[in-house]
Amino acid sequence: MYIVTSPKFDRRQILSVGVAAGSVAVIDQAQARSISGDVPWEPGQANKPDTAKPGPSEFFSPEEAQFIDAAVSRIIPADALGPGAKEAGVTVFLDRQLAGPYGQAAQWYMQGPWAKGEKTQGYQSKMSPAEVYRAAIKAIDAYCNGKFSGKKFAALTTEQQDQVLTGLEKGDIKLDGADAKSFFTMLLQNTTEGFFSDPLYGGNKDMAGWKLLGFPGAHYDYRPYVKKHNQKLGLAPVGIKGRPGWNAG
Amino acid sequence: MAKKLPPVDVVFVGFGWTAAILGQELTDAGLNCLAIERGGWRDTSTDFAVTFAQDELRYMWRRALFEEPARETLTFRNDPTQTALPMRHLGSFLPATGVGGAGIHWNGQTWRFLPSDFVARSHNERRYGKLPDDMTVQDWGVTYDELEPHYDKFEYLCGISGKAGNLKGQIQPGGNPFEGARSRDYPNPPLDMVYAPTLFGEAAAKTGHKPFPCPAANMSRPYTNPLGVQLGPCTYCGFCEKFGCGNYSKASPQTTILPVLMRKKNFELRTECNVLKVLKDSAGKRATGVVYIDAQGEEWEQPAEMVFLCAFAHHNPHLMLLSGIGTPYDPKTGQGVVGKNYAYQIVSGVDVFFDDKIFNPFVGAGALGVGIDEYNGDNFDHTGLGFIGGGYLACWQTNGRPIETHPTPEGTPKWGAKWKAAMAKNYLTTTSISTHGAVMSHRNNYLDLDPTYRNIYGQPMLRMTFDYTDNEHKMSDYLTDRATDIAKAMNAREIHAKKRTGHYDIVPYQTTHNTGGAIMGADPKTSVVNKYLQSWDLHNLFVVGSGAFPQNPGYNPTGTIGALTYHAAEAIRTQYLKNPGPLVQA
Repeated sequence: MYIVTSPKFDRRQILSVGVAAGSVAVIDQAQARSISGDVPWEPGQANKPDTAKPGPSEFFSPEEAQFIDAAVSRIIPADALGPGAKEAGVTVFLDRQLAGPYGQAAQWYMQGPWAKGEKTQGYQSKMSPAEVYRAAIKAIDAYCNGKFSGKKFAALTTEQQDQVLTGLEKGDIKLDGADAKSFFTMLLQNTTEGFFSDPLYGGNKDMAGWKLLGFPGAHYDYRPYVKKHNQKLGLAPVGIKGRPGWNAG
Repeated sequence: MAKKLPPVDVVFVGFGWTAAILGQELTDAGLNCLAIERGGWRDTSTDFAVTFAQDELRYMWRRALFEEPARETLTFRNDPTQTALPMRHLGSFLPATGVGGAGIHWNGQTWRFLPSDFVARSHNERRYGKLPDDMTVQDWGVTYDELEPHYDKFEYLCGISGKAGNLKGQIQPGGNPFEGARSRDYPNPPLDMVYAPTLFGEAAAKTGHKPFPCPAANMSRPYTNPLGVQLGPCTYCGFCEKFGCGNYSKASPQTTILPVLMRKKNFELRTECNVLKVLKDSAGKRATGVVYIDAQGEEWEQPAEMVFLCAFAHHNPHLMLLSGIGTPYDPKTGQGVVGKNYAYQIVSGVDVFFDDKIFNPFVGAGALGVGIDEYNGDNFDHTGLGFIGGGYLACWQTNGRPIETHPTPEGTPKWGAKWKAAMAKNYLTTTSISTHGAVMSHRNNYLDLDPTYRNIYGQPMLRMTFDYTDNEHKMSDYLTDRATDIAKAMNAREIHAKKRTGHYDIVPYQTTHNTGGAIMGADPKTSVVNKYLQSWDLHNLFVVGSGAFPQNPGYNPTGTIGALTYHAAEAIRTQYLKNPGPLVQA
């Protein structure tokens, strides 16, 4: 007979950990979670999203927030089509993201040795996103200070701001202590995220980004609309928390 | 020093699709099975319930279900003359961590490979003459006919929605006429079709093609699979790939197998345990178990009668290299096998912009689309084209998630008021045609151990050396041109063909279709495993998954991964357990 007859874990050593329900055996012998006998579903457990908390800035200084307000207003400006990134709360979104695991590059491999590498090899800076923003904002304001007679980025005209952003995008402007191009790429991506992500994260206030496009948000069931070919559906957007009209604040 | 645990019959390294299938089959055969998974337990109602599943930022952009490079990543370079550098964050492909693996966050596009794909070298050489020396394409050592019952079994496990194109050799109108003969139709009818793929299908038919609804692991109706597990009808919510399905409507280990397997007395799962090494006996003829490290950093030796490597594609050859199993591949000499023939996919697209059509892109499902297969594999004459292989063209409507999907016409600025206006104007009225091309294996595309960089456990990282060759670029350009022909027949305002140019780039997301490195074949000199995915070196070691593909055909891999796994399981149950030893004589 091929089957090994040796016993599995000694059942006397089963530690029924407090949260385990029913017949699920949670065995602690091997210092890791051992699951057998049932699906280890537990009532009242949900892997909930980590949402933005209201309140004061968690990452940006007041000067940095002014820079971000100005920069994201040029990336997605307020106009006849609707609110821009600033009005939609993208500065708050960026602030909370940079204060959290994304800002710290918590999931990224951040060990050396460090080399520049080829473009196809991707991000090779030892700076986390939070460090990139901090260094780049300082360096861009210093650049503007020299180029535009003592003015910071936020104080420039919109044409001058566009000129600076274009210089960063193309890599024509060299910054002290940060890579202009990779900062711009990051800022554009994160602004897009803030404008179009669920309002839970601080941006897309009143679902301004979703309304701009006609995206109805976190809808669960579109079956009635599959065969409605070539028709505008006019569905009001809904977020994970519901609609603005449903919430007190 | 690792502490030794009581032995088990079977240990699985990783607990995604392949280990779930094998776990079900081998516990049925009476074996005591243990799965060791580096990530945590995941279930629908806890981890991606409908109340919070549709969260683009969290799951896609903050990588909630994916592997963390901080713990395990690889180094990458385009060619052997460069120094490989770590993939510091995810981009081009998105492997998972956790129970269910990438089977949780896939789209559900579930294809069979063509009969000729399994004999790619002999078939192409017979028709077109000798292949270039550096093109290390091989036959699989298994045929489509051998796999057919196992494709069928996987499709019925998953409840695939689709329309047969070839039933026992009879071509069926409305299905894919190029597919290999199937013994019966799909278990579920095709999904209801949204507008854009319908228009694509009309244009494809008008230009002489045979469009068909693409096979989908998204349920077109309620379904109870042969294990008795029930799936609900898809609600077209548009959150499939990169997301868990909150609605039990997309086939995954969680929605097809685990409710049965987890209740079995002869099955155990250990989560948050990372296997570091496969152990072998002193003669080097048998695997004796694995060493793993638990969440507290303690090392354990788990003896087992059989070891199955069921981790994501390239993690299996990585573990073999770390364990000193098999001869590492050397691109200079062409000798050795472990790490050989890493391949991927080459994709391109044609955006199609309208003024007078509303597509509502957010009404979507992961495999909701219409495809054509005229330009896949060897379905067309390649004489004079300068390449072999091909891919399908499809108009999918998978999602309208706005961070990812906000198409703008060529020449639109990347930011500012004009960009904003272009996003608003085109969001509801744009669709695209995708091309999904094969990657043929090449002498210099391979996996080995990195000499410099180490993972969190102090082990050498895997080093990936990969680039597209002339074959891929010529083929992908050809596919993009054919997609452009059909886009023109859709009478759009404007079209934008996005050819795949330049070197392979690990930054932008492309597909999670990594293949090769532990390839199957008929000869131990040129392959790692035999047709039953059994190691040529250690007969009780099986290496399962897309790492077995000798090259990567022009379809999504999961259908074939499922079929190969069932094929292996059957041989183990009917032959190996009675008489443990090599299932194929070298």
